[in-house]
Amino acid sequence: MIVRILAEGQYDVDGATLDAIHRLDDEVMQAIMNNDAGRFHALYGKLVALARTGRRIEPHEFAESDIILPAADTSLAEAKKLFSGTID
Amino acid sequence: MGLISRVSTIFKSKVNNILDKAEDPRETLEYSYQKQVEQLQQVRRGVAEVVTSKKRIELQLNKLQQMAAQWDQDARDAVAAGRDDLAQEALTRKQTVVAQMQGLQTQIADLEKEEHRLQDAQQKLSLKVETFRTQKEVIKAQYSAAQAQVKIGEAFSGLGEDMADVNMALQRAQDKTQALQARAQAIDALSEASSSTLQLDAAPSTGDSIRDELNRLKGSTSVSDELAKLKEEMGKGEPS
Repeated sequence: MIVRILAEGQYDVDGATLDAIHRLDDEVMQAIMNNDAGRFHALYGKLVALARTGRRIEPHEFAESDIILPAADTSLAEAKKLFSGTID
Repeated sequence: MGLISRVSTIFKSKVNNILDKAEDPRETLEYSYQKQVEQLQQVRRGVAEVVTSKKRIELQLNKLQQMAAQWDQDARDAVAAGRDDLAQEALTRKQTVVAQMQGLQTQIADLEKEEHRLQDAQQKLSLKVETFRTQKEVIKAQYSAAQAQVKIGEAFSGLGEDMADVNMALQRAQDKTQALQARAQAIDALSEASSSTLQLDAAPSTGDSIRDELNRLKGSTSVSDELAKLKEEMGKGEPS
């Protein structure tokens, strides 16, 4: 499964990793809802680290991503903005 | 719904908006290639804009530095003349300028990060565009129409994603540049106000009443501390 981290690149991860990413995503969402910046950064850092365990897709390869992750240094405010869909 | 699925959906719709498929797959290839070249130019312009705006802010930072040095000198002169009241005022102004400088420095560092990110994205995108250029010729020459369709599909979505990604990075950098420029303008206004009039009561307004209040609170103690330090340095301190 191909995962893209915005402003970084794509990684090919296995199914188990993808499941783990989705589980963390639920927790990340909770942290966003609770406005808990500390927890958001800790969880999102873990999530991004998981994606990076995959094989990196080289720039000369063309692959469609299965899921898209916001940039690794996304702030809580930016995550909220992304979620509400007000990005251009 | 989680953050990832939401972002994925939004992002995929952006990808679809970037590239259009034509009836003839070969046309699609040519059209996509043109779009990529255009986008690459746009990213280059974006990088240049960020650099220009950073330089402007750096100049302003220099100006503030000179202002802070001037207020410091004024304070020393006032102490030498035995005018503690004037020295206190000069130090209050100096601290306001120093606080503004710190804010600018943080934002410059932030903008620098965006600049590097964009440069990195630009590099990767040019590599992709170059690869796409050679691949499209291979696809056009070696594949039948149906096979070409499949090959194009892969190159197409991968590349569309890269383009949408770099678009978002560009937008992010531009947002930050704008925020920095707004701050720079506020500081310009502030430095004009502080050079034209001298008010004894307080630091110039930042436009935020709570911030002003906090600055005054912080300022009143740290100004007297600094004044005491200055007097000690100049051998004018109270004998303890």
